[in-house]
Amino acid sequence: MLDGSGLPQAMPATTYIFDAAEPRRRDRALADLDSGLRHWRLPVALAALDIRNRYRGSVLGPFWMTLSTAVMVAGLGLLYSSLFKMSLVEYLPFLAVSLIIWNTINQVVADACTSLTSSEGIIRQLPLPYSVHVLRCVWRNAVIAAHSLPIILVVFAATGVWPGWGGLLAIPGLALLGVNACALALFLGMLCARFRDIPPIVGSVMQLAFFLSPVLWRPELLHGTARAFLPLNPFYVVMETIRGPLVEGGAPAIVWVSAIVYTALAAALAFVFFVRFRGRIAFWV
Amino acid sequence: MPHIHASGLAIEFPLYHLGARSLKKRILANSPLRLREDEASRIVVQALRGLDFRIGAGERVALIGHNGAGKTTLLRTLAGVYEPVAGRLEVSGSIGALIDPSAGMDPNATGRENIVLRGLFRGLTEAESTGLAEEIGAFSGLAEFLDVPVRTYSAGMSVRLSFATATIMDPEVLLMDEWFMAGDADFMEKARAKLETLVTKADILVLATHDMAIVRQWCSRVIRLEAGTIVADGTVEQVLGPA
Repeated sequence: MLDGSGLPQAMPATTYIFDAAEPRRRDRALADLDSGLRHWRLPVALAALDIRNRYRGSVLGPFWMTLSTAVMVAGLGLLYSSLFKMSLVEYLPFLAVSLIIWNTINQVVADACTSLTSSEGIIRQLPLPYSVHVLRCVWRNAVIAAHSLPIILVVFAATGVWPGWGGLLAIPGLALLGVNACALALFLGMLCARFRDIPPIVGSVMQLAFFLSPVLWRPELLHGTARAFLPLNPFYVVMETIRGPLVEGGAPAIVWVSAIVYTALAAALAFVFFVRFRGRIAFWV
Repeated sequence: MPHIHASGLAIEFPLYHLGARSLKKRILANSPLRLREDEASRIVVQALRGLDFRIGAGERVALIGHNGAGKTTLLRTLAGVYEPVAGRLEVSGSIGALIDPSAGMDPNATGRENIVLRGLFRGLTEAESTGLAEEIGAFSGLAEFLDVPVRTYSAGMSVRLSFATATIMDPEVLLMDEWFMAGDADFMEKARAKLETLVTKADILVLATHDMAIVRQWCSRVIRLEAGTIVADGTVEQVLGPA
């Protein structure tokens, strides 16, 4: 007979108190984040399952992404290096790193829109911390993005351009990207659960941002005022904190300052929104 | 001691995505009593309205009422899925909710993977969850099908797996919807025995059901919900009359 008696106490005896007159929203939001992070194994396992399901039956699986990115880097590299009159050795490392970071940002943002609605079935049945769904979304994208890293190594090896120890500065850059991804997955996830018109808007904004940000073109190609305004572009600064150390021997201080300010703003916005509307998510999805 | 205290408990579902104002007016004009417009001029369904009750340790409560009376909503609220818009709710004790058998099931994963996933949902470690797989697999009687994706299961097999996975717990407060009636005859007997142990061990049972035989067999108290309010609350004899 199965009685679960061999189980450790999975649900410690607790008292759940909710008083609508005194909702203690901030405490609940903090407890949600805390518990989501403490149970990090759950989002990691869910993300692994997501990736496996997405590529089930496919021979290359997530490496299809690697392949398509590699083809894109090669194709765009040949074309744009001649358009910009740059040597391939000079342009290719920049382009490879740029495209991979941009693809990651683009996919995180698109996926962030469904971070909560895609878990509707779980949200309405099991009282799990919402941060679990957010971390699941972010981790899933991080793992998929990691499949493209070999391209960067191949391009570095082929062109003989290595970043040196300064390249380690890309790690804090990646951390900034991670924080932004979490903030976006939380904020956009909630916003898109409530307003179903947001995902197409986000899609258009991202497309515009791709052309307006220095992804294919080097920021040095801008002159005068346009160049001065560049650090106001959040996509550029977050991207540059990773790309700069890897291919340009470091990013300017203004870029780091701007990236940190934007990240703090994004995190603060997401947190405030989460505190205020956390209790409504179950009704929205 | 495990207990549930609710006072003035209310849940409202906003109806989003309704569109044009005229449509809204039409709906409100022909509305039964439960639709109203809130302060932000949204249309909301009042799923639960001003519920007051106290359930103490040892009580076996049946929630009865027509479809849409608010039984499942109340269970989900007690489980902590929905936050009340008004009133106060206090639930003390570890909660086990058997509301939707397939909650969190991934149809593309195998039975075994789903069991592990369910364990993780509960906050167990991966090793503990893997350990459960054998026990649950044996109970479900799925044998070699445990390593086949769930989407290939027959309806009966899914129910067996869901049931075996969902009932592996030892809660103080057991919240249960009546889905457990499904399943083939052979399994039903096993399932019933399992449920009986679960119910006996729990300090509080809250059961949403339409089946009065089950109410009389298992419950000591009946709360009848109608349109989101409590219309009767008492012992089985008081609410349902003598058997």
